[in-house]
Amino acid sequence: MIEILSSGALNSVQDRGRRGLLSSGVSRSGAMDVVALDAANALAGNEAGVAAIEVAAFPFRLRLEVATTVAVTGALAEARLSGRRLPPWWATEAQAGDELTIAPPTAGARVYVAIGGGIDVPLLLGARATELKSGYGGHEGRGLRRGDRLPLGARRPGRLPDGGIGAPPPPGRDRTDEPLRVLPAAEWQDFSEEARRLFAGTSWRVTAEADRQGCRLDGPELTRQRRRELLSHGIVPGTVQVPPAGRPIVQLAEANTCGGYPKIATVIEADLWRLGQAMPGDALRFAAVGRDEALAALRETAGWLDRLRGAAALYRVS
Amino acid sequence: MPDDFTLSDAGTGAFLFDVAAGRAFDEARQGRLLALADSLTGLHGVEDVVPGMNNLMVVFDPLVVEAGDIERRLLDGWRRATPAEGDGRPHDIAVVYGGPDLADFAAGLGLSVDEVVERHSTAVYKVAAIGAMPGFPYLSGLDPRLATPRRAVPRQGVPKGAVIVGGGQAGIMPITAPSGWHILGRTDFSLFDPHRAAPATLRPGDTVRFVVAGVER
Repeated sequence: MIEILSSGALNSVQDRGRRGLLSSGVSRSGAMDVVALDAANALAGNEAGVAAIEVAAFPFRLRLEVATTVAVTGALAEARLSGRRLPPWWATEAQAGDELTIAPPTAGARVYVAIGGGIDVPLLLGARATELKSGYGGHEGRGLRRGDRLPLGARRPGRLPDGGIGAPPPPGRDRTDEPLRVLPAAEWQDFSEEARRLFAGTSWRVTAEADRQGCRLDGPELTRQRRRELLSHGIVPGTVQVPPAGRPIVQLAEANTCGGYPKIATVIEADLWRLGQAMPGDALRFAAVGRDEALAALRETAGWLDRLRGAAALYRVS
Repeated sequence: MPDDFTLSDAGTGAFLFDVAAGRAFDEARQGRLLALADSLTGLHGVEDVVPGMNNLMVVFDPLVVEAGDIERRLLDGWRRATPAEGDGRPHDIAVVYGGPDLADFAAGLGLSVDEVVERHSTAVYKVAAIGAMPGFPYLSGLDPRLATPRRAVPRQGVPKGAVIVGGGQAGIMPITAPSGWHILGRTDFSLFDPHRAAPATLRPGDTVRFVVAGVER
């Protein structure tokens, strides 16, 4: 078990989310930065896809009731295990009674804490992810509170060497001033050439309306030269909608599964983590790419995670 | 006649296949789409097949299956698809008519409350798609006389169980959530249970009739 000592309602149990249920109106949910989640699990010696804690409200504090491995990834934030400072994207062995403290990030929005064996809340619709909007999944369908006690799954045998292990920088983390890569979406051609140029040429501002459902951006008005009513259609996380007011909204993990607004583009899967780490006031730019580049970026991330899993397994000694 | 459709990327791992092409919703095209959806469900690498209103989104793992394969199957499947007849399940849903919008809604159409109730409860609806919210049914078949633009300002919390209409569509709220549709009544019918393997009660192709359980004025 672990006990939550200090938390905010935005902190929740998350895994990779629910797949294959958009057709039932069930949002994917899951970690907003899946790469950081996967890396935390790899470092902690967990199977891919077990649940961890997504921390978006700080300071966050928990106590371990058993000796196990703890990994912290995601946003850059000071993390301490019973006073001992952990480097970024790091895993270490912890003793029963150890306290993990995470201070507000200096860069990014969400920290991921993986614990050996994973957070063992009940599976619901194939996942342990919390759906905060609809109030189901995770721990009692809600964010974590002080006093919550969470069960842990069976951890793999072995332990990390003294001092622990870290992850090399994941693809793209050192290039956050580069544009988010997008593929043109269904209504791309409905926007005027000027609007498409503005879309790619603007440094968009992340507004305060940025949460697990979506991220509303501020900047110039994007106008459509061809206005037609759209019938409701399925949408995926990463969809960039442009409502009548002309400012884009990027739909994210807990987005409604269907929408009716025009879609100018879709953020490629390999860059979605950046929206999970965006803070109000941050600047974001977009650049249209082709399917080949989007696929290559996805393969690059998958390869990085494979190598990390391999290395973490080698370091684990019995 | 050539098929009138568009196929667009919805990111690296999804296609949106749209047969509306700017036209009004069409029941026959929707029937073909639902048959197409069935033929794509469960294919290797296909994660989700999501019917919308005269459109279909196919979500796949682009590291497992080539986008070109999915595209071919979609287009071949559409050419061959014929509406599946009569395999939808019927549902009778009891409604207590009333609530904050009913009187104004009727007055705006130049109808009495009883006429609205009569027209809403005699139509036979078809579940065109499930989505937006968990288990929310997009119902086609609304009496055209009841078609009304959505509210200018959406309500923040339309309650779970609200029986609603918006534009030419009807629906029922599965959870309390914002909506710009008009509230005509309420029902206890359960649309969603996350503890079931198939969490949505209604499925595309099912038919729905609303049964008058009362009218509150």
